[in-house]
Parts: sequence; structure tokens; C-alpha cells
Amino acid sequence: MQILVVDDETDVRDLFQQRFRREIRSGEWTFSFAFSGEEALEYLRAHHSEVLIILSDINMPGMSGLDLLSHVKEEFEMPPTTMMMITAYGDDDSYRKAMALGANDFLTKPVDFAVLKEKLAHLLPS
Amino acid sequence: MAHYSGLGDIFFTAPVAFGIVGALRKFLDLPRRLPRWNPLLTWIWVPVVVLYLGAQAFDFWSPKLGDAYWLLVLGMVLAVLLAVRDYRPARSLVLAIGPLVVYKLVEFVLETPQGKIPKQYDAALDTTQGFVIIWLVTFIFIARSQKKQLEKERVLREEEEKAKRLIEAQNAQLEHLVAERTAALTNQAEELRTALTELRTTQAQLIQSEKMASLGELTAGIAHEIQNPLNFVNNFAEVSAELVTELEEEREKTDRDLELEADLLADLKQNLQKIHQHGGRAASIVRGMLEHSRASSGERVPTDLNQLADEYLRLAYHGLRAKDKTFNATLKPDFDPTLPPVEVIAQDLGRVLLNLLTNAFYAVKQRQQRNEPGYVPTVSVRTKRVGEEVEIRVADNGTGMPESVKAKIFQPFFTTKPTGEGTGLGLSLSYDIVTQGHGGTLAVESREGEGTEFIISLPA
Repeated sequence: MQILVVDDETDVRDLFQQRFRREIRSGEWTFSFAFSGEEALEYLRAHHSEVLIILSDINMPGMSGLDLLSHVKEEFEMPPTTMMMITAYGDDDSYRKAMALGANDFLTKPVDFAVLKEKLAHLLPS
Repeated sequence: MAHYSGLGDIFFTAPVAFGIVGALRKFLDLPRRLPRWNPLLTWIWVPVVVLYLGAQAFDFWSPKLGDAYWLLVLGMVLAVLLAVRDYRPARSLVLAIGPLVVYKLVEFVLETPQGKIPKQYDAALDTTQGFVIIWLVTFIFIARSQKKQLEKERVLREEEEKAKRLIEAQNAQLEHLVAERTAALTNQAEELRTALTELRTTQAQLIQSEKMASLGELTAGIAHEIQNPLNFVNNFAEVSAELVTELEEEREKTDRDLELEADLLADLKQNLQKIHQHGGRAASIVRGMLEHSRASSGERVPTDLNQLADEYLRLAYHGLRAKDKTFNATLKPDFDPTLPPVEVIAQDLGRVLLNLLTNAFYAVKQRQQRNEPGYVPTVSVRTKRVGEEVEIRVADNGTGMPESVKAKIFQPFFTTKPTGEGTGLGLSLSYDIVTQGHGGTLAVESREGEGTEFIISLPA
């Protein structure tokens, strides 16, 4: 069972890998990473059934997080259980759009990893 | 006149003398020429009356008295004529009456006390009298025609004088006008000078406000761009603290996992590098912002154009995104890794890039609003080395522009944006910065409905 993190900042991967190093080391959670909406879609097409949670930044060049969200909801009959959206702006507009598109949760940057960890723990059966 | 020698004819003599004086007065304009004599001449009739009354009183009469009176009249006329001899007709009249005076004198001398001419002179005097009268009349005519001639000349002179005065008056008026116009022109020149100074000041202010306006565009992008590296700095710092704690715990253990310790140390080292890197990123953005708002130092320093272009691409994109969150575009950076450092005034060239990019994003946004199916707004920045030159191409697949617009885009104050959205100075300033500031060229290629590409060429 794994979590797909989508962000255009490549260092997000290192950050997540370190933040969740214990969970990764223990094999509880697996993380994969995509650096654009397009890349995320390709990954999902290849590894559809494995992904349980998508964590996506909204503000990305090219396909935005919201575009990705709507594509995922459209393309896959069985979408991953949870879509969490992350944005730097934390504005009501993006929040409403994300929720309207069927996002399960909404986080604002800077991400509080303690909160994120809790939410993930709650969502994923360990 | 010898015929009228009797004083009994006083009623004839006095009016005739008076008439002669009147004619003389009129002909010679005596009131003007001889103002003192003139009133005295009015009394010319007095001597004859006195003589007449005297003759009556003493009962004495000689016809010679009448001739004497005539001589007196003639003498007086001669005196008057001589007094005004400067006047040419007067001189002619002198000539006219000259023989008459002489004749009268001779007659006066020759005649007897009874007024009779001795027989031997009678014939000669009669002939002479005829000649004298013809002479007199002739010269009176001559004098008259002279007078007329002089009158004509005088009128002509007066007319000329009048014309001259008119011309002088006109000249004076013209000179007055010229003076007025000169004053007006001087005034205008002064006003223009003032206006020019004001315009120069305004231009400087406009350039400054254009700078501040583009800074405003940047602010939101900058906030976003700084937020991201700061988040990384905070996160990597936090996670590093966790790693250190874990490392310490590991070292406390009796069965130390050396491999894990090595991993942790490697991660720590990597994190410190990342903190440094993201801190640097934030710092460079702040520095870029300061450089943009500061007046250009005008100093050229070797600059990595790839980094500069990348920085401004992101700033411009996020600046626009901050204003319009629904906007999205594909960014296509394509940087030539072999690009040598180029000596440029970084903050000036940054303004050019920011301006071109802002325009590019505006163009794709405009086209996006047309809702063409399958349209993907794309802005690309390419750097390339071309011979001795370095090229930066900023391209978009936006609305493009017709030739009529293309011809004007580098003109100051030309803008296609709605009033209040653009100063119309961006491209004109960009053009000056590239050409005058860096000795390069700024060219544009555009197809309406397909997109636009700006090409900055700089000497490497």
C-alpha cells in the first residue's frame, strides 16, 4: 500500500523520506513521488491498484493539482481511497474547488508533519 | 491810369486800391507770409481819403496828388513783393510791376502841375504805357501759372508726405507687431523649456513607477518563491534535529548499528547542504527583489543568464498566479548548459525578462479565455549560444499580434492592455536597456492567433 506524493519541488522526496523514515524503515508505509501532474497520471496508469493515497500540491506548472484531481476522478473507476490536496495559499477558493472535485482532505503549506502523520495513520490500516 | 488822375474819383480810386491789396493778399497768402504787414494793408484807402479831405479843406487841388497816391500804392505793393521775394511768383510780380513803377515815376516827373503831359513826350509815353500794360499782364499770368505749378508741387509733396507718414505709421505698427510676436515667441520658447523640464521629470517618475509596478507584479510571486525554500529550510532543520536525536540514541545502545549511524550522518550532511541551498535560494530572491527596486548601478558583471532567466520565469509565473489562481501555464525552460557568463547589468536585464515574461503570460491568458479546445498555455524561455552572441528567446503560444500592433510595440506609452493595466513603457524601456544599455538587439516575431517570440541577442 502506498502513498503518491506529487510536487514540483524535487526536494520534497528527501524531506518525506526523512520525515517518515521510521515508517518506511519498518515497511508500514511506502512512498512514491511524481514531480508534475502529468508524471503522476503516468505513474497511476502504471501502478493503479497499488496507490491508496495521493498527496498533491495544487500550485504546479503545467497540470495543476486540481487538474490532476479531476483527471484522476474521471479516468479511474476505482480511484485511490484518499486525495489530499496541499497548497501554499490556503485560500477558500482552492479549498472549495478541491472539495467540489472530490478531495478528501486539504492541507496548507507549511505542512505540519505531525498532523499529516496522524491523518495518514488514521487513514491507513497499519 | 493816367486817366484817373482826379481825386474826385475817390469812390473809384479807394476801392481799386483796396481791391489790388485784396488780390495781392489772396494771391500771396499774406496773412500767413506777412502777418504783421497784412492788417496795415487794410488801411491803404486811408491816405487817399486824407488827401481828399485835405484838398477839400484847403481848397487846393493838383492832379499830381492822385498820381502820387498811385505811386505810393505801387511802392507799397513793390515793398510787399520784395518782402516775400523768396516766393517765386512774388519775384515774377516784381518783374511785372517793375516797368509800371518806372513808367509812373517818369510820368510823374514829366507831367505838369495840372497833370498834363508835355506834347513832345505824349506819343512815346503812350507807346510805353501799352508795352508796360502788356508786360504787366503777361507777367501776372506767368506768376499765376507759377503759383499754380508751385501749388501742384506742394499738393504732390503733401501727398508724398502723407504717403510717407502712412508708410511710417505702418512701419511703426509692423515694428510693434514684430516686437509683440517676438515677445510671444520668447514666451513660448520659455514655456516650452519649462514643459520640457517637466516632461523630463515626469519621464523619470514614470520609469520609476513602471519599475514599482513590475515590482508589484513580483511581490506575490516572490512571497511564494520565498515561502517554498523557507519551508524546506525549516523542515530539513527540524528533521535534522530528529536525526541527531536518533543518532545519539543509537550511540547509547550497546549493539550499535554502525550502518544506520552512517546513513543518519549521510542524511544529516545532505540536509545541511539542502538547508544551505534553500537558504541561498531565498536570499537570492530577496537580493533580486532589492536589485530590481534599487536604481540601477549601471555596472556590468559576469552573470549566469540561465539562472537569471529561470529566476524571473518563476517570479513572473507565480506573480501572475497570485493574482489569478485559476491561471495555469506550462513553463518550458530550455537552457544551454554551455552558456558562458555574460557581462550584463543583472537587475536591468532582469527587468527586461520580467517584462517579456509578464507579456507572454498575459498573452496566453488572453488566449486561454477564448476556450479553444485542447489549448495548453505555454511559455518557454530558451538560452543559446550563437557564434559570438548569446540569445535569450521568450516565446508564448498566446494571442499573437497583427503587423499594425507589432510595428508600434517598442514605442513609449503604446499598450494594448485596458487603461490602468499597463503603462505602455515596459517594452520601450526593455528595448532601451537591451540596445543602449548592453549593445544588443531586441527583435520580435509574431503570428496573430499563434504566438509571439521575443529574441534578446547580447554580445557574449
